[in-house]
Amino acid sequence: MSVHVSPTSTYVKVFLTLILLTATTVWVAFYDFGILNNVIALGIAFAKATVVVLFFMHVKWSSPLIKLIAGAGVVWLVILILFTLGDYLTRTIHYTAPPI
Amino acid sequence: MSSSHAHAPGLAHHFDSYEQQRQSASLGMWLFVAQEIMFFGGLFTAYLIYRLMNPVVFAVASSELEIKWGALNTGVLILSSLTMALAVRMAQLGKRKAIVGFLCLTLLLGLTFVGVKAIEYTNKWHHHLVPGEHFSFHLSPTEIGALQSHGIDVSDPAQAYYVQSRAEMFFSLYFAMTGLHALHMLIGIGLILYILRPAWKGRFNLDNHNFVEGFGLYWHFVDIVWIFLFPLLYLLGRHLPHA
Repeated sequence: MSVHVSPTSTYVKVFLTLILLTATTVWVAFYDFGILNNVIALGIAFAKATVVVLFFMHVKWSSPLIKLIAGAGVVWLVILILFTLGDYLTRTIHYTAPPI
Repeated sequence: MSSSHAHAPGLAHHFDSYEQQRQSASLGMWLFVAQEIMFFGGLFTAYLIYRLMNPVVFAVASSELEIKWGALNTGVLILSSLTMALAVRMAQLGKRKAIVGFLCLTLLLGLTFVGVKAIEYTNKWHHHLVPGEHFSFHLSPTEIGALQSHGIDVSDPAQAYYVQSRAEMFFSLYFAMTGLHALHMLIGIGLILYILRPAWKGRFNLDNHNFVEGFGLYWHFVDIVWIFLFPLLYLLGRHLPHA
């Protein structure tokens, strides 16, 4: 198995995509879409991260073992966040209200 | 001793081939990146919990950050990821001078990022937004209005104290998260300086350029962390009315 060498044009396209997505997320942030602001901001962030992982970090052309480790890192992060929030968000004391 | 014991240049004796050595290096680096996800993950989780508990104050505190610096640094870091990816590409092709050239560009962009961060930290210091004894979150009339529309009345001392304490928590998280990220940038800058000389001497060739590949993974990971820090810290309260 030899190393896949991406053409420079691929990297430039990835760069332009990332800049475009950054401009979009900044522009959208100035408007009030309520809860959708968070959904859009995080959606764009995940899209950018995916592009970086696949092309800049070569995961698209990496062995299944590398793909597994990269995926496992994300899965463990989701476990960390979901289980912790599962605790905090189901407590009966409402932390969202100012303690007055 | 037969000649079969002689080392091929750049091939460690415990590997059968350059390809096996390359895959082992890549695997090790990815394991490191996976634990780095958990390392930053703890801070992201802490941020998420405090933000969900205090959404309005976090949005107002977030609007104190200067979006121009944050956006500029996002662009700088993405550009540095491009130059880093091209440095790795040149290493894959065994082009010695081009590796050094792209590493130098990456170094300059990394230094730019840290420089901008220093400007931001200095501004926060002058505005009393560094958590501690002198922390004081000044509210503009529109920010007071934004808080009031969500049922938080800062003319009540108890509620004003609540706003101050949660704003301080936002800035604690801001400094912890961007600080840990900036530390990674400084380590990255140090590593570029460390490999410039061997790169110039032709240490990274077609057979073995694993250090450059592995360092590239590190640099891109640090870029990804910022890709999440930027919207979470800078864009959160941008839609609120400003004075």
